Amino acid sequence: MKPGSTSAACAALLRRDLTLIWRRRGDALNPILFALIVVALFPLALGPEPENLRRIAAGVVFVALLLSGLLALDTLFRGDYEDGSLEQLVLSPHPLALLLACKIAVHWLTTALPLLIVAPLLAEMLNLPHAVFPVLLAALALATPLLSLIGAVCVALTVGMRRSGMLLALLVLPLYVPVLIFGAGACNAAQAGFPFLAPLLWLGAGLVLALVLAPLACAAALKISLS
Amino acid sequence: MSDFLAMGGYGAYLWPSYAVFVIVLAIDAIAPRIRRRRVLAEIRGKSKRRATREATP
Amino acid sequence: MNALTLWFHKIGSPPTFYRIAGAWAPWLFAIALALGAVALYGGLFVAPRDYQQGDAYRIIFVHVPCAWMGLFAYIFLAVNAFIALVWRIKLSEILAMASAPVGAAFTFITLVSGSLWGKPMWGTYWTWDARLTSELVLLFLYLGVIGLHHAIEDRRQAARAASFLALIGIVNVPIVHFSVNWWNTLHQGSTVRLMGESHITGSMVWPLLVMALATHVWFFASVLARTRVGLLELEGGKDWAREVALADAPRDTVAAHV
Repeated sequence: MKPGSTSAACAALLRRDLTLIWRRRGDALNPILFALIVVALFPLALGPEPENLRRIAAGVVFVALLLSGLLALDTLFRGDYEDGSLEQLVLSPHPLALLLACKIAVHWLTTALPLLIVAPLLAEMLNLPHAVFPVLLAALALATPLLSLIGAVCVALTVGMRRSGMLLALLVLPLYVPVLIFGAGACNAAQAGFPFLAPLLWLGAGLVLALVLAPLACAAALKISLS
Repeated sequence: MSDFLAMGGYGAYLWPSYAVFVIVLAIDAIAPRIRRRRVLAEIRGKSKRRATREATP
Repeated sequence: MNALTLWFHKIGSPPTFYRIAGAWAPWLFAIALALGAVALYGGLFVAPRDYQQGDAYRIIFVHVPCAWMGLFAYIFLAVNAFIALVWRIKLSEILAMASAPVGAAFTFITLVSGSLWGKPMWGTYWTWDARLTSELVLLFLYLGVIGLHHAIEDRRQAARAASFLALIGIVNVPIVHFSVNWWNTLHQGSTVRLMGESHITGSMVWPLLVMALATHVWFFASVLARTRVGLLELEGGKDWAREVALADAPRDTVAAHV
């Protein structure tokens, strides 16, 4: 790999981000704990009858992962913004969209992937029928990167704001709604015995589109926020 | 008159709808006026402070 | 440069637009109020009772024009947002941000009036079908644009960031419009068509169209009024803004004599 080439830059960025996260690997537990707590609250609030929980299980797991992801989004750019490396990244001669795609990929790996691993446990806590598990995992595997990509664009717009938590949720919510509808919809359809492939394909199409467009939009948004 | 207000039994839904329409648009018309007054006062304040600053040796 | 380009540049100049908007806005408000009064008279007194819905259908004269305006406002916002991001024209930034609260107001009225219409007709104040859900999403998009615009201190950067957000959300507009065709919804399909036969009788449709015109005129009046304030905010340090502020000062204060 030629030093100074774009691939070297991406490799360096990936290595840097992974190292930084490894140094604070305890933080990876936070989204998992949050999701566990959210899911645990539902049987406490609704009563433990398995039938009640079974009906809402897929939706609740989806919402819990969505909210955990939302909380974790802030860490995407905050560290780099505070020490100035984000500006250096924006100024670099390499395509910003590609560099941001690398950052988002690492962020997904370290925040969403652990949640995906925990998802079967969460679903079990709510008595989701085992037959639906594969559909749930497929839907989450397609939805979580999509949520990370869309979320990254919105975080880029609010980077550097001190108390951007609520604003970020407001910005991101309208864009998350279709993902939630298709993802949870696929699981609910599978649970009711109806065909579930169509919503999954929609999620896939959205993901492919986002993989190409979101890093570009994120780059443009960052340039606006840091100007 | 009371027939008109009752609107065939649907008055309780119809009149609040029309009321929301009028009230929200009234707020929409008035809010910029209030902001305008505030902005103009701010500009006057800034201008006064700048004049004072420039007048003081 | 030719006359058209010259006119275009003149219009974009803040003091010129401020003056023109100030001249037009009161008239547009007056026309909107007059048209609205005519439409309300037509809707409440002239239009006959519906054989199926009784008098409840009269909510249509408020609900549908506001729904149309909620979408129109967003398109107006998106077009100006695009111009603002690509060509960095100050006036477009301000026009875009001015249309957001007006669009949000119309969307809010649509949701509330629709909910009040739904209760007697469908038996429920709300349902999560495609039309209602996407309209609610539209309101959230407006609130997000307004919120982001308020959150950033530098006014031009704030307008650009909010414009960017608005453009990302534009995909929701066709979803709202076509939701009744693409999905099985509780909300009825379109009755008034631009091209082809409308499914509504004449005496009921004219108040609707007059109210639609009234709300359009109101929209432009409100946007012009808000743009004037936006221009003052942005150009606070400039001479023309200061002159306006001093001319506006209450007569008997010190501020008037600065």
